[in-house]
Amino acid sequence: MSEISAEQVAHLANLARIALTDEEIGHLTTELAQIMHAVEKVSEVATPDVPPTSHPIPMQNVYRDDVVGASVLSVDEALAGAPERDGNRFVVSAILGEEQ
Amino acid sequence: MARAELMDFDKALELFEPVIGLEVHVELNTTTKMFSPAPNPANSAYHGAEPNTLVSPVCLGLPGSLPVVNGDAVRSSISLGLALGCSIAPSSRFARKNYFYPDLAKNYQISQYDEPIAFEGSVQVELVNGRVFDVPIERAHMEEDAGKLTHVGGSTGRIQGAEYSLVDYNRAGVPLVEIVTKPIFGAEADAPELAKAYVSTIRDIALSLGISEARMERGNLRCDANVSLRPRGAEQLGIRTETKNVNSFRSIERAVRYEIQRQAAILAKGGSITQETRHWHEDTGTTSPGRPKSDADDYRYFPEPDLLPVVPSAELIEELRAALPEPPAAHRRRLKAEWGFTDLEFQDVANSGLLVELEETVKAGATPAAARKWWTGEIARLANAAGQDAASLVIPEHVAELAQLVDAGTLTDRLARQVLEGVVAGEGSPQQIVDARGLAVVSDDGALIAAIDEALASQPDVLAKIRDGKVQAAGAVIGAVMKAMHGKADAARVRELVLERAQG
Repeated sequence: MSEISAEQVAHLANLARIALTDEEIGHLTTELAQIMHAVEKVSEVATPDVPPTSHPIPMQNVYRDDVVGASVLSVDEALAGAPERDGNRFVVSAILGEEQ
Repeated sequence: MARAELMDFDKALELFEPVIGLEVHVELNTTTKMFSPAPNPANSAYHGAEPNTLVSPVCLGLPGSLPVVNGDAVRSSISLGLALGCSIAPSSRFARKNYFYPDLAKNYQISQYDEPIAFEGSVQVELVNGRVFDVPIERAHMEEDAGKLTHVGGSTGRIQGAEYSLVDYNRAGVPLVEIVTKPIFGAEADAPELAKAYVSTIRDIALSLGISEARMERGNLRCDANVSLRPRGAEQLGIRTETKNVNSFRSIERAVRYEIQRQAAILAKGGSITQETRHWHEDTGTTSPGRPKSDADDYRYFPEPDLLPVVPSAELIEELRAALPEPPAAHRRRLKAEWGFTDLEFQDVANSGLLVELEETVKAGATPAAARKWWTGEIARLANAAGQDAASLVIPEHVAELAQLVDAGTLTDRLARQVLEGVVAGEGSPQQIVDARGLAVVSDDGALIAAIDEALASQPDVLAKIRDGKVQAAGAVIGAVMKAMHGKADAARVRELVLERAQG
């Protein structure tokens, strides 16, 4: 049975840029462990002769034509939800040293 | 920042074997993006658009928006995979690569992880010394590009000390194919050059397929270079660094060389290499540490539930295979024969990574010899002085126009060089510059004869010598005429006319 540690939860929170208190980490560790145990039930039926699936509906090759669509936004529409803007661009807090 | 200690390159190779690995991102030039019907800025029709004008709800990760795969991007990716000698996966799927950074608004990048569309290939790369390398390809997978951040404030620019960032999502969602090599062994002292030649070959392939604009200076083609060293005789691979931000052919070669020298100096002192991402600085020719390399686990890849598997039919794959252009090696052999170049002349062009430029220039109407002369001569010289790639300075059509103006006698070589400088400075096409600056050669014999008669009259001693058959004396008169014409005359024609008038 998989376990999840408080360190792993703290690491995940860090990756997701969520600040958690020790108390919250403790609480979430318990909850996530329960969720994982619930999900693990799948392994009881996942035998080698059942291929893994990533999609519940057996469809494939659904493509779009390479044509510009009507959903392209105006600059003002695009920036409508921005907490702050500078000209045509979104303003966000700087994140140090983590360029991808 | 203290400058890193470097070991002499030859010394480093005596002690260590370099192993390199290259990741090349190719932006596809489809009309629209990978998963959204917004215009694609990597297509030259939309290049340079104002920030955030090429975005749809999908590009911004707005709630409720759903990605749909661009069928043409899949076809381009399969063609590229085939040209890299890869097998095409009968079924492949997309995955989410999760990371929280504002260059992608959804907090994940749609990529491929365990089921890339193409895998296990090989690309032939030829070096200056004629050595041909088979570079093994691990995989080529489809993904989307991220938006562009501009960091504002702070003292050092880039990222350190930035106070806030401005985001343009135009590039978010541009279709990308990431090509990953296997570790490349045995290149030895050729490793830096091989890295450059490999990326140049990928560019040739992308251009011949017509699937990318493949301009490095625009970021259509980007390279991350992995370098590690292992002591001579060791089995185990050394710890590698990944140098990013290497955005010109010159830089790729320099960055690999630099990392070999830097790592060798650390290892020789008994130190160890930190596995990390490093940033290349074009201005100083050095790399500096970026973030520590994340584990793949930290990206928490999982299958993208919003997209369906890509299952290309055998017919489609064979149709695309049949439409492939000649492989670069065969293509080179054909061009060499068509252009009638010697081995040396052809290598000169190929090694400068200018084959495509030359081919386009010839197509646009220049003779192969003239195209070669301009690209490997004056343009290469200007590029070198500017620290840029020749291909980024001027377009083939303009070079062809320049060569034609010389052939037609409108420009002398000297004037043509001035015009070229104008073209590089962005003043327009060669003909526009000739018109604007009034640079055309004076081909009106009447004007030349008037100047010649005047020069002969003022130098009677020279005239007498010419009449005595001392033809070399004509040089003084030709010089005076060229001066009077402000250099805008064809010296050979002036000479003919001087001799003619002297006898008259």
